This record gives sequence, structure tokens and C-alpha cells, in this order.
Amino acid sequence: MRIALAATCIADTLFPGAPRATVRLLERLGHEVVFPASQACCGQMHVNTGYFREAVPVVRNHVETFAPVADGEWDAVVIPSGSCAGSIRHQQAMVCRRAGLDDLAATAAAVAERTYELSELLVDVLGVTDVGAWFPYRVTYHPTCHSLRMLHVGDKPFRLLRAVEGIDLVDLPDAEGCCGFGGTFALKNAPTSAAMLADKASAVRATGAEVLTAGDMSCLMHIGGGLSRERAGVSMLHLAEILASTRDHPTVPADSAWPLRSHLSPGEASR
Amino acid sequence: MSRAFLGLPRSRRDAHPDADVAGEPFGPVPHPDAPLRWGPTFPDAARTALDNAQLRRNLGHATSTIRAKRAAVVGEVPDWEGLRDAGATLKERVMATLPELLDELERNVTERGGVVHWARDAAEANRIVSAVATAKGVDEVVKVKSMATQEIGLNEALAADGIAAVETDLAELIVQLADDMPSHILVPAIHRNRSEIRDIFLARMGDAPRDLSDVPRELAMAARAHLRRKFLSAKVAVSGANFAVADTGTLAVVESEGNGRMCLTLPETLVTVMGIEKLVPSFDDLEVFLQLLPRSSTGERMNPYTSLWTGVTPGDGPQEFHLVLLDNGRTDVLADEVGRSALHCIRCSACLNVCPVYERVGGHAYGSVYPGPIGAILTPQLTASSGGLSGHHDPNASLPYASTLCGACYEVCPVKIDIPAILVDLRAREVDADRAHRGVDPWAAAMKAASWVMSDGDRFALAGRAATLGRAVAGRDGVIASAPPPASAWTRSRDLPAPPARTFRQWWATEHGGGAP
Repeated sequence: MRIALAATCIADTLFPGAPRATVRLLERLGHEVVFPASQACCGQMHVNTGYFREAVPVVRNHVETFAPVADGEWDAVVIPSGSCAGSIRHQQAMVCRRAGLDDLAATAAAVAERTYELSELLVDVLGVTDVGAWFPYRVTYHPTCHSLRMLHVGDKPFRLLRAVEGIDLVDLPDAEGCCGFGGTFALKNAPTSAAMLADKASAVRATGAEVLTAGDMSCLMHIGGGLSRERAGVSMLHLAEILASTRDHPTVPADSAWPLRSHLSPGEASR
Repeated sequence: MSRAFLGLPRSRRDAHPDADVAGEPFGPVPHPDAPLRWGPTFPDAARTALDNAQLRRNLGHATSTIRAKRAAVVGEVPDWEGLRDAGATLKERVMATLPELLDELERNVTERGGVVHWARDAAEANRIVSAVATAKGVDEVVKVKSMATQEIGLNEALAADGIAAVETDLAELIVQLADDMPSHILVPAIHRNRSEIRDIFLARMGDAPRDLSDVPRELAMAARAHLRRKFLSAKVAVSGANFAVADTGTLAVVESEGNGRMCLTLPETLVTVMGIEKLVPSFDDLEVFLQLLPRSSTGERMNPYTSLWTGVTPGDGPQEFHLVLLDNGRTDVLADEVGRSALHCIRCSACLNVCPVYERVGGHAYGSVYPGPIGAILTPQLTASSGGLSGHHDPNASLPYASTLCGACYEVCPVKIDIPAILVDLRAREVDADRAHRGVDPWAAAMKAASWVMSDGDRFALAGRAATLGRAVAGRDGVIASAPPPASAWTRSRDLPAPPARTFRQWWATEHGGGAP
């Protein structure tokens, strides 16, 4: 398959390990990945904060960038984020319609129809649950609200993780509870967000996991930010980074939420 | 103030009631003049609530108990999703034909001997109820728990006219005795634990046994004895309504304690105050809602008491029946294509019990008798004409932002109100209202700048490369632990990762060719 990658603005800039692992994984499975360079952001932050007017150019750029998928130039668009996939599927066309841009709304809907979150692409489109990964660590999975309740990915991430060789996958208590991120909620209602984060961080620590994984880097940035402050020694890895890991090309978790700065050199395996 | 009371040492539980508890300021919230708008903005009120450890323990315990009960009884219904669809469809039909249905209801209630009144707002509704009570020459009325009468501040209005309104629902009685405000739609005293309730009864109930303990059964018996006297002497009762059936003129109240049945049958005169959205088209439609409501609200298969009445039945029950149809902002809500589905709400409060924000801050932080997710979409819309959606100058304008959009509320809503989508829509209405205001808004400026950067691949690539320079401010441990505002709101309790040496697209350009984007 020819698959276009939407890297997400946050991962492109702050967590390149997630989209890099997505590329590595899909290429290993025999697919061709393309990265349209005109992409930037899906517009979720603007929409969810109420800035529809400012969201329009952002959405337009995303839709026009990925419009070729609607004409068959690519077979699918993959995006390694549940909340971005949710925004693309449930908000982009609405924002365009509200701005009176019916043609753009129609294109947005057509692109959205062929856009998949990573676990959806793997399980539903490519029909694979065992991706041949090897990852010998204790891992717990946070389902993330939008993957769970907006996309309804269900147990797809678990099926993928359970098939990973060597993994010690442990249940996260109160897994379905929100971590308190909520985009700009974390700033507009910072103390409430921090109270929610504290409970999520405790739950993660109670599992004794070395690695917390999820399908969304923004939630991992939030939970990781709390665990890093506590010096909890839990490493944040995107689902793609675990699924991309093999004996020949292993993903090595850091001893902290994120790799030490001294390790952040160009070409470093996990970043 | 609240902390002084909530922090009572346990030894005080055995103190003589009149000696030290009486006169305590029980209510964390002084009784407000505006039941739909009190206190500071949500972020400020939430900050205070989060510091109240007792409140958080009470709420955490109560919401997790109700959540589990609901999940169990919903899980055993094989066609639950079908029921939700039916409930949503019925409510859509009601909203689409509301004027006709209201006329039909009025006709049928009148034919069966009831008197129908129309109230444009809270003041009109209060005047109507007060006039009925005054005409009957009473100075006390008994009340069934009702959100509509909370919304209009009926008790306070009656008190101003020299009429005492006695709440007969146990939790509502606790709130009333403490001169407090409800913090939950269904369990208004959810923020109280039993030792606090004991202290409130001893100080304020008047006829509570002096040796009252905090054993729930003893507390309930004390309230029961207190209320029984009220039921037997009351000449006028005031209720709300869970449902009104247009094609028969039947009103319905569902409840758990039997206090409602007492109020609806014993007094000579009954006044029911009902929001105009509470209609169902026909009697058969009750079948859907009487399944959805108890399972969603109390986590029961069926509520203990379901009272239905139609007009006046000679020789049986109240011989005079008044129905007050309350607008109070509802037609404004109905006019909004997206927001109108907030009127579908059947007040089950399942959304409160699953909300991670409500669970931490409690109901008072919302500054309205409608707290939680449904309150966050209903309150600003009901108060829109007085500034509720006019941008951040009104405390109610902060309510649509009181959510992470996690979607737990939508998932449990028995009539499928897409609360997250409405929250986002209301945020857009706030932002658009704010555009008209003068002055520099840092949020608006930041969003505008971000829009410019994020709507073009080249500009975004440049910004990403600039961000990698932020590595310089990170410590050796690879994190940014303190940052200037607004990022300081983040770094107060969370680290930020250092930006990577290369953005993804820089890596892609090197590894997959095609030159630097």
C-alpha cells in the first residue's frame, strides 16, 4: 500500500520518535510511506479552544495537503494520534461548513473517510495484529479519551501489544479516566488538570511499569510531564515505538520520562 | 469558612447540640440571589474546591459508588443503545414540534380540571406560585425535590412573601437546613458526609433527638419524623415534573423516598412548576424514559415511586391543580441549532457522576444549580440573554471551558446529548462574542499567530527548526522545569521535554531524500 503520513504538529516538533517509528513499522510491513511536506497541523487546538475562524486556514492546509488520497494517489492517510484522527473525522468538515466553505467541507469529509489512526490502520485496513515486534519490558497502556470514546478503537491497541514478543503488559488501574490534559484545559484550568494528572500518575506508578504507552503523544506529554517531575523513572513511548521495535533494531526505553538531553543527538534511535 | 466546619474534630460529634454547633455557618455557599449565576469564574472556584480534602473524599466516594451501580444495571439491558436512540429521537421530535405539543398539553390539562399558567421567566413563575399559596391563606408549603424551582429561586421568593417552603426530599432538606446550595442534580447533598449531616440536623432541624448519632438509619428516622408532621399539616404542595404527556395531560414524578407521593396526594392544592422542554408526545413514550431514567440516575432498575396524575380527580388527591409552564431562557436555547439538544436532558445526572472534572471540584464550582457537564452547556445558554455567552466578562462564560472534552458524559447520556460537541460550539460562541470587545486578548493573539504558522508547511518547518533551539534552555536531565507565563501554568506541576535535535521533517528530508522541506 501507498500510505501518506500525517505526523501531527506536536510529534513533528517535540516527539519525532513517534512518526519515525510509524515509518519504520509500515516500511517493515512492506508498505510505501510518503510524507507530504506541505502538512502542518489538523487544527484541533484551534477548534477545541473555540477559534473556528483561525482554524479554517489550518484545516484548509491539512485538507489540501491530503486531498490526493481522495483521488486515489495514496491508499490511506495514517496519523499516529487518536485526538487528531478524531478532530479530522468529527470537526474539520463542520468548521468548513460553518465558514460557508461547502466544497472544502466535502473534500475534508472525503479525506477523513480515508484517514486512520495507527491501530485502526494496522488492524482494520492492513489486517495485521502481530507486527513481528520484540520489546522485553514491563509496559502499561493508557487508552486516551479520544481513541476510546471518539474513535472507538476498542481493544485494537491491546491486540497489537499482546502480540509483541517479550512484552510484560500490565493493566492500568482506572485506565479509562482522563489524564487531565484537554489541550488548553491544562492551562485554563491548570489546578484541576494537575489534580487529574496526579491520580493518573499514581495509577501508572502502581503498575510498576517501566514504560507507559498510548496512541497519542499529547496525552503522553502530559502524563510524562507529571511523572518526570516526580522522577518516577517511567519512560513514555508511543505505541508505534513499541511496535517498531525488533531484536535487530530495538527501541530502548529511557530511565526517565524522556531521554536525557545528553542522549539527544541527531540519529539517536528512539528520538 | 467551610473548612472551619468541615474540619470539626471527631470528639465534637458528641457535644451538646445547642452548646456549640448551632449558629455554625454550614453553607460553603451563602444563598445566592441568582441560582444560575453565583460566585467567581469556574477556574477560581475550582481552585478553592480542590483545596478541600474532605469535599474531595466525599465526592470521590459517592461518585465512584453511583458510577459502579449505573454501569451494572445498564450492562444488563440488552437493548440499551436502542433505548438511547429512542429517547434521543423522541426528544428531537418534541423540540421540533414544541409549540403544538404545549398547546395540546394545556388543552388536556384544562379539560381535566387543571389550571395552566405560562411563565416567561423566574419572576413570573414565582409570582404565580406565591399568588396561589396566598389565595389559600397558607404560610407554609411542602415541596417535592425539583430542579425547576431551584432554578427560579422559588423558596427565597416565597420567603419574601411570608411563606415558608419546606423541602421534603432528604438530601434537599439537608441542603435547605444548612442554608447551603445543591451541588448535584440528583443528590444535592453529595458534598456532605454523615457526620456533617448529623451536625446540621442537631443545629437546625429543631425537633431532632438530642442523642442523634451519625448512623444513616437514625438520621433518616429523624428526618422522617420531622417531615411527617409537615406532610399532615400542609394545605399546599409544590412540585416539579419529570415528564408531561401532551396527548393525555398527565404529569409524572419519579422518586425514591415516598416524600413525593405524600406531597402529590395529601395537600388540597398542588402547584407543579415545569420547564417547557419536559414534554413527551404520547403516554406510550413514557415507557422509554421510565427505563432510561432510573438506571442512569440512581442505578436502579426501577425507581421506588412513580406518581402519575391527570388534572383533578374528584374525591381523590389534590382538588385544585395548577401547572406553571416555565420558559426562563429555554426558547433561546431552542433557537440554536447545535445547543438545543441540551433541552433533551432528563436530569438523570449520569454525566456528573462520570465527569473527571466534577469528581474533583464538586458542584458548587459551577456557580449554578445545574453543575457538571450538563450544567456547563445548559447554564450559559439559559443565561445567554443576560451575558452568559458574551465572552470572558461573565462568570458563566468560563463554564464551556470546564471540561477536557474526554467524552465520558456523552457515552453515558441516556438521550445521547453530544455534550463535548456542544461545549466546543459554545466556546466558539464565546470567542466570537469576545471579538467585539476592545483591548488585547493574549489568547486571541496567540491563536491568530499559531493559525498563521500552522497553516503552511514551510512556515511550520521554520518554526519547528526554531523550536529545536529551545534545547538550550533545558537542563542536563532533558527537561524544562520552569517556564515564563503562560507556559508556567504547565510547568508549575509538570515538566516539559526538551525539544529534539532534529524535527521529524528534518529527519525525513535526510533519510528519505527529496531535500530539506
